[in-house]
Amino acid sequence: MVTGVARYLGACFARLLGDDPAVDRVIGVDVVPPTHDLGRWEFVRADIRNPVVAKVISRAKVDTVVHMNVLATPLDAGGRAPQKEINVIGTMQLLAACQKAQTVRRLVVKSSTTVYGASPRDPAMFTEDMAPKVLPRSGYAKDSVEVEAYVRGFSRRRPDVGVTTLRFANFVGPAVRTPLTEYFTLPVLPIVLGHDARLQFIHEDDGLAALRLATMEDRPGTFNVAGDGVLMLSQAARRAGRPVVPLPGFASSTVGGLLKRAKLADFSPEQIRFLTYGRGVDTTRMRTQLRFTPRFSTAEAFETFVEARSRGGALDRDRVGSIERRLVGALNRVGSTDG
Amino acid sequence: MAETSDPVGAAGRPGRGSSRRGTTPSAAARGLVGATERTPRKAAKPAAGVRRVKPAPKRVKPAPKRVKPAPRRVRPDEAERVKPVGTAGTVRERAAAATAAVASSSVDELLRLTGELATQAFGPDAKEKAIEAIAFLRRRITGDYEVDLFGFDEELTEAVLLPLIRPLYRYWFRVEVRGIENVPASGGTLVVANHSGTIPLDSLMTQVAVHDEHPQRRHLRMLGADLVFQLPFVADLARKSGTTLASNEDAERLLGSGELVGVWPEGFKGIGKPFAERYKLQRFGRGGFVSAAIRSGAPIVPCSIVGAEETYPLIGNLGTLARLLGVPYVPLTPTFPWLGPLGLVPLPSKWIIEFGEPVPTDAHPAGAAEDPMLVFDLTDRVRETIQQTLHALLVRRRSAFF
Repeated sequence: MVTGVARYLGACFARLLGDDPAVDRVIGVDVVPPTHDLGRWEFVRADIRNPVVAKVISRAKVDTVVHMNVLATPLDAGGRAPQKEINVIGTMQLLAACQKAQTVRRLVVKSSTTVYGASPRDPAMFTEDMAPKVLPRSGYAKDSVEVEAYVRGFSRRRPDVGVTTLRFANFVGPAVRTPLTEYFTLPVLPIVLGHDARLQFIHEDDGLAALRLATMEDRPGTFNVAGDGVLMLSQAARRAGRPVVPLPGFASSTVGGLLKRAKLADFSPEQIRFLTYGRGVDTTRMRTQLRFTPRFSTAEAFETFVEARSRGGALDRDRVGSIERRLVGALNRVGSTDG
Repeated sequence: MAETSDPVGAAGRPGRGSSRRGTTPSAAARGLVGATERTPRKAAKPAAGVRRVKPAPKRVKPAPKRVKPAPRRVRPDEAERVKPVGTAGTVRERAAAATAAVASSSVDELLRLTGELATQAFGPDAKEKAIEAIAFLRRRITGDYEVDLFGFDEELTEAVLLPLIRPLYRYWFRVEVRGIENVPASGGTLVVANHSGTIPLDSLMTQVAVHDEHPQRRHLRMLGADLVFQLPFVADLARKSGTTLASNEDAERLLGSGELVGVWPEGFKGIGKPFAERYKLQRFGRGGFVSAAIRSGAPIVPCSIVGAEETYPLIGNLGTLARLLGVPYVPLTPTFPWLGPLGLVPLPSKWIIEFGEPVPTDAHPAGAAEDPMLVFDLTDRVRETIQQTLHALLVRRRSAFF
């Protein structure tokens, strides 16, 4: 059973599982019907916030639950209050249902590296065992922390269920839409003056592959999942060909709020902290214990996003490249008349 | 950190730069203006008689403003974005000729002249340099460069940040480096140094020293206090120049990947101590750097820095203001804040940086990093070495400024 299939990644993942001959039956659960291609899986309209989901699990004798219904964007949920409701209460109900169902053998939770927060006191790289220096206080990050806490509680109460928590770095790719990808499609990127964040990305295909591995194989534990290497925020903006506007720290939340109201981008205070201080996670355990190797590095994953969604900015590489050629051409003419 | 070097580096130059701007261009301009404007005035002035001298300079002054933009406009054309100095008088004459070329609007002539101008100003390989500079700019603008996991931007550090502080290193502090051969050619190594001077110029200078004097031109990866990563600009430049947070995790990660790591374990106690206590080492933190080195088996190179104490002699501290601003101290020095921004200019003390013999840490048994007694012992040993070397160097140095 996969929760949160109405959204892009959930639908892709359900389709991926549906295409797998080793999987007998895939049940997708969400409140609204999915708009994406269904493939070989069944959709059950159920709200994970109410006990109906327990009936779905027991009737279909579900053995593996993949929880992908932790929403990053309040806009998708219809506001911050419903978002929190879906994320936290939904997880509680789902876990309660799983705890009752004796058929459940495996639980895979899609979490995120936002659980580490972002602060100037962070080490360069977080391993899975490190606690955040400053706990996230709002939004999706706080929800993720709470969701993980409930998941830990569940794994204590049901030690026979293999629980895999995957903490994903920011998803990018040609199709996925997240607050960060929408940010990088703004014509001019607001950044926090005097700071430059380290970013890590995971390509959407790699993310799905990691989820699939955790679903099909028995690899319990908590893993950071991110592409190799880091990009600086300024560097990513340049690669996307977007000029940046540095704003002093105190103004960033105001501008963030304005952009949010204009539905241009979705900035939570947590998001702004992330874009100020950045974050890096260590992926050694992902390689050694989860035995997963992403196909795309951070830079390559971002490149696929830029190619698909973010070309034609004011500082696009073609434009800069042609200026370079013109300058070098002029220079060569100088040289030839000179010599 | 590096932020501090900006005003300082700029402040080192104004003496020369501004005076030159006051004299040379006007001289060049006088020659230039003579051709076009002086003639009509000559007719009027003999009548004025004795006062003729006064208006003349006034007439001259606006001219340079009109002249200057022309050579600047020429430069982007040929993209001479390399900014070495060495503009001689002849170059200025050529610039004047180039201006004339603009007027005649002959593009070929202009190109030929700018070509000659460039060759004169920047040497025969000017074209290659310019093409390289353009490629560098293109890479920077399109983000086509690499940073490591800690955010260290090697290209930016080598091409921009180090050259910015190098004049300070060479000409202002005249840093003398001793014992660079004690820094291993490769492998994880921990350089432990004394900290002083109100503003951490000593870490910047050590970074230049290691990069410029070491045969392998190694980069010193520094460990900075969390305050460094809170301050805007400082945080940005610190990460890009290879600094990361002073924590065991980061230190071990850097040492484990074979980097040369620099640490100033006295922290704010060392850098913010009063001038009266100069060259007296403070407590060396909690010995975290030693346990990090033991865990990674990295040798410890004690490093003694003489000269930084005199850059900004700390004679007072505005405790209340510091608490309000959330910084460890607000310094009062003989020049700051009395002379305003001028007070930010460090005193030109003579520096000596000496790297001592490496202390091996790989001979210790497993679990030695968890043995507090051993860690304290090793910490004290390193501290003693640095303290004694400091005394020896102070005797060697004839005065604080020569």
